[in-house]
Amino acid sequence: MSAPRMPIESGVPDPFPFMHPLLKKNFGEWSYHDRPRPGVLRHVAKSGDQVWTVRAGTQRQMDLYTIRNLCDIADELAEGHVRFTMRSNIEFMLSEESKVQPLIDKLQAEGFPVGGTGPSVAMISHTQGWLHCDIPGTDASGVVKALMDELHDEFIKEDMPNRVHITTSCCQINCGGQGDIAINIQHTKPPKINHDLVANACERPTVVARCPVAAIRPAMVNGKPTLEVDEKKCICCGACFPPCPPMQINDPEHSKLAIWVGGKHSNARSKPMFHKLVAAGIPNNPPRWPEAAEVVKNILAVYKEDAKDWERMGDWVERIGWPQFFEKTGLPFTKYHIDNWRGGRANLNASAHIRF
Amino acid sequence: MAKKMHDTPMLDQLESGPWPSFVTGLKRLAKDNDMMVDLMGQLETSYRTRKGYWKGGTVGVVGYGGGVIPRFTELHDENKKPLFPAASEFHTLRIMPPAGMHYDTATLRKFCDIWEKYGSGLIAFHGQSGDIMFQGCTTDNVQPAFDELNEMGFDLGGAGPAVRTGMSCVGAARCEQSCANEQKIHRTLVNAFLDDMHRPALPYKMKFKVSGCANDCMNSIHRADFSVIGTWRDEMKIDQNEVKTFIADKGRKYVVDNVISRCPTNALSLNDDDTLDVDNKGCVRCMHCLNVMNKALSPGDDKGVSILIGGKRTLKIGDLMGTVIVPFMKMESDEDYEKIEALAGEVIDFFAENALEHERTGEMIERIGLVNFLEGIGLDVEPNMIASPRSNSYVRMDGWDEEAQKWFERKAQA
Repeated sequence: MSAPRMPIESGVPDPFPFMHPLLKKNFGEWSYHDRPRPGVLRHVAKSGDQVWTVRAGTQRQMDLYTIRNLCDIADELAEGHVRFTMRSNIEFMLSEESKVQPLIDKLQAEGFPVGGTGPSVAMISHTQGWLHCDIPGTDASGVVKALMDELHDEFIKEDMPNRVHITTSCCQINCGGQGDIAINIQHTKPPKINHDLVANACERPTVVARCPVAAIRPAMVNGKPTLEVDEKKCICCGACFPPCPPMQINDPEHSKLAIWVGGKHSNARSKPMFHKLVAAGIPNNPPRWPEAAEVVKNILAVYKEDAKDWERMGDWVERIGWPQFFEKTGLPFTKYHIDNWRGGRANLNASAHIRF
Repeated sequence: MAKKMHDTPMLDQLESGPWPSFVTGLKRLAKDNDMMVDLMGQLETSYRTRKGYWKGGTVGVVGYGGGVIPRFTELHDENKKPLFPAASEFHTLRIMPPAGMHYDTATLRKFCDIWEKYGSGLIAFHGQSGDIMFQGCTTDNVQPAFDELNEMGFDLGGAGPAVRTGMSCVGAARCEQSCANEQKIHRTLVNAFLDDMHRPALPYKMKFKVSGCANDCMNSIHRADFSVIGTWRDEMKIDQNEVKTFIADKGRKYVVDNVISRCPTNALSLNDDDTLDVDNKGCVRCMHCLNVMNKALSPGDDKGVSILIGGKRTLKIGDLMGTVIVPFMKMESDEDYEKIEALAGEVIDFFAENALEHERTGEMIERIGLVNFLEGIGLDVEPNMIASPRSNSYVRMDGWDEEAQKWFERKAQA
């Protein structure tokens, strides 16, 4: 038997062989950019070279027919070089302005929305969900498809005060990340434990250590070593489920969706911000999650109406204050909004600054 | 022809509407692909019952300990036979894209051919980890699929307690705000630690992300253990003629409301003759005014990077942002790159030796304190690392005189 093939440990590939020639030529020598229309960027280099980028939304999880179609479009109407943004948009780089409109026409005809630039609602960054994750409380691609259908107009226009980054996460680990609006699973009941399976499936000390509130302890049930949960302490976060699948946290009824707003990665104006809880108890309702979409659209409508130019969602709420946020959106304010996690006191109002 | 399609009334509802439908894509594949027929059967079951049905396992390629995400179905009949047998193994290969996610169509077409041959035909550009995700592969096909991708010049990314796939923004390739060679920093850092990527043995994941400016398009402060952000330390560049043009176009009120008054440190002042003054000592390089007036304002010439450590998502102690450990570092010469690689090595070594199992760098620093971490990796304290000094007195300070002396000595050397 021949020796197995050993991997070529080549690491991250050099991008230059793949890069559009004008990007390569003007690397590090760009002067400015503008946006001739939504979905199109024009970058001008110090050399005077110009490159037009046409950005289109994709479904991220792409079948090879879709990818080959995008390649055909790139070869026929663009210049054979593309890149992807971290929010799964595809970008076609062009050296001539005359190629922009025919490319847009073709992309739209093939069902790829052109947009996602400037103050628009960008493509939702998301996770794997039921399609591929081993611990998901909901789907990802489906939630995003359903929501982007509803937000399509806001993707292809630039009508928002500033860009809006929406994220979704299928569990409370929050792989989708921080967002201007984040739609995340929030479990509301402790895990249901299959005590027959714990001893064989779980490394028990690891599971005990994984709990953020020390609510898990070793136990014997029916003569078998297992784990039990102090349900008074349990915060239903699901952290025990990945290392111990018999501690099932996902529940078709009680795994709900929560919505968070004001997360921001950029350092522009304010420092980066975490998103904050605004709504919860929303049913996990496939295939189109209409209740979650309603809450998101409502928040977006109020933000669009009320925020000033360049204010991200979090900037806007900081200016108007949380009482007005709940007033304007009509969302209920509850005891669950008050942070009692460690360091949570920093989120209380330790001042006489009151808004009336 | 593949096996008969399962009824998928719920998934079918995701075919309508203006956004591209992944369901339509799955159906296209399912026409001659049993794995996708059964994948749709399992996914429809999840939609109906609102439960997930994948479990992990151990699948890999020869020579590596990670990079493949194994998935086995948990949906079985009473005889323990899979309900959707053709999709009972549905593994993902995480493949690292070229830094900045640039492609030519020939490469994408080759990916499709390989994945048509060995996989389901479903590829995600890209996962939250920054990888190309080749989704849906049997255990037997993982090795030949990887071998062909690897021969093309592509390598597996990270998974598990390991150095993970990094990310860098488009940066210098197409952005005037770029203050660094993002792709080079990205490749320097990740490619120096491929052993820690491909043979997972760290306490938990370790992520590098590189953004060319403080707009942080790679979300690195939130998401990366080791966040590199481009910046500059001399004066920002102002083209006063372009400032005047901008004001003539947009109006003074717009500029006052959207530029001058939005500066977080009040470092901007509009002069009566429609030129702009910048207090560069007060400027924190937040990027807002450069974003709004990108033709008139540009980063300075003395560019480099800031480094922040400890960003992560919720598990286990709550979300943490990275915090500054290096306010400024030049990133030009080979020595500069050697220096950042050595620093990353110190961080990884310290992390490997001191973090608890399943603890991220941010959590470790939260537990031991930033000062212990800095001493461990050999960095001096400096005031750009804090938002404010401590506000409580519960600390032993009998080393004050020596520490004050160190500060003055460092100042004298600078």
